[in-house]
Amino acid sequence: MKPVSLPLTQETIEDLRAGEAVALSGELFVARDAAHARLVALLEAGQPLPFPLRGAVVYYMGPTPTPPGAVIGACGPTTASRMDPFAPTLLAHGLAGMIGKGQRSAAVVEALVRHHGVYFYAYGGCGAFYASCVTENRLVAFEDLGPEAIYRLVVRDFPVIVANDCHGGSAFFEPA
Amino acid sequence: MRELDAGLLFEPLRDALLRINVELPEDVVRALTAAADKETGPAAREVLTTIVRNIGIAREKRLPLCQDTGMAWVWLRVGDDVRLTGEPVREVIHRAVEAAYAEGLFRKSVVADPLFPRVNTRTNLPPVLHVEFVPGDRVTVAVMTKGFGSENKSGLRMLLPTATPDDVMSAVVDLVRAAKGAPCPPTVIGVGLGGTMDAAALLSKKALVRELDDTHPQPEYAALERELLARLNALGIGAGGLGGLTTCLGVKLASMPTHIAGMPVAVTVNCWADRKAVVEL
Repeated sequence: MKPVSLPLTQETIEDLRAGEAVALSGELFVARDAAHARLVALLEAGQPLPFPLRGAVVYYMGPTPTPPGAVIGACGPTTASRMDPFAPTLLAHGLAGMIGKGQRSAAVVEALVRHHGVYFYAYGGCGAFYASCVTENRLVAFEDLGPEAIYRLVVRDFPVIVANDCHGGSAFFEPA
Repeated sequence: MRELDAGLLFEPLRDALLRINVELPEDVVRALTAAADKETGPAAREVLTTIVRNIGIAREKRLPLCQDTGMAWVWLRVGDDVRLTGEPVREVIHRAVEAAYAEGLFRKSVVADPLFPRVNTRTNLPPVLHVEFVPGDRVTVAVMTKGFGSENKSGLRMLLPTATPDDVMSAVVDLVRAAKGAPCPPTVIGVGLGGTMDAAALLSKKALVRELDDTHPQPEYAALERELLARLNALGIGAGGLGGLTTCLGVKLASMPTHIAGMPVAVTVNCWADRKAVVEL
């Protein structure tokens, strides 16, 4: 499995091809539905975001509570398409990558090409498995959202598949 | 008339909820392992082997299989010849759900209202509760912890009364095709046929309580389930939607009488984490 360091550089993104299995190491920001609505509202209001978007990878996820002595609870991906209305705006402002499950809209796939981003597929439902790949976990913003708050994770060898690359390639199967 | 203290349901129900978010039924594990072994699509094979590893890690570390530990769905069947005494049974069920989600460190995923206000109840209450009266003196509680990645892909069609078995199958196939990889395939598909719109929807959930490797008692429906499973797997969506042999692990259908003018068909999509249990007292 090809190792990929986070945050992403333009060179790394250029090299990724749909269908490739890669292992991510470095920093991820966790955000899902309610957090996305707030992030885009902040951008539209010209306000600063709680984390730098440039080169950042966002993980669509809402964990279970952290067991005593552990870094995080179960932490698998959620359905990415729910974040489709927000993703193009974030990509235009520097977001480099997203991690989730399921297909993206045509608008997101197009935005990945235009802004040189990448969408990774994470193994759906495998929350217990992914917990063992997380080495740091810190609350960053929107604590009131509970499991939908923004967290900063540090991951090591976090396995994903390149689902949509910056060249327009897709790993998803299109049923006839 | 048998008398039964409703409070006796608390422990077995809490324990069932604690178990199903961490451990899958053996027949589901067997089906996923078999799917991983025969898969030829490289990405789908990777997905299935990771799912099997995840099942092992969850069991060993007592972690939830998936971070979406679901909304609790409860189907209470009360025998005509049993009288529940003591604490109201609805309150016992609520206590069991709340205790399981707190003790199990499960994610609280329920909001107080869909719109006004959409705030987390922080207890995972309330569950969705269905009550039914049945012959006999037993009390049976079936529970599922229903994840919403798959629930969001569920749906319903009101077909013509003249619809053929083929039309019914096509309606189900259309829904699963449109869902693609989002509901965490390989899925388990519950089909509710007949009744009214709401009854069909409920039947599609009740059907999912059946064991994965059982057979429908009515031969025509058993054949329809088999044929539908073959058609769904022929879609090629595969594990994770990345293309593969196994899109669905099973199809479970339940039916009831309906009106001369209609044919309601409801489909509940369940993810591979087919979390369910039945408690009987």
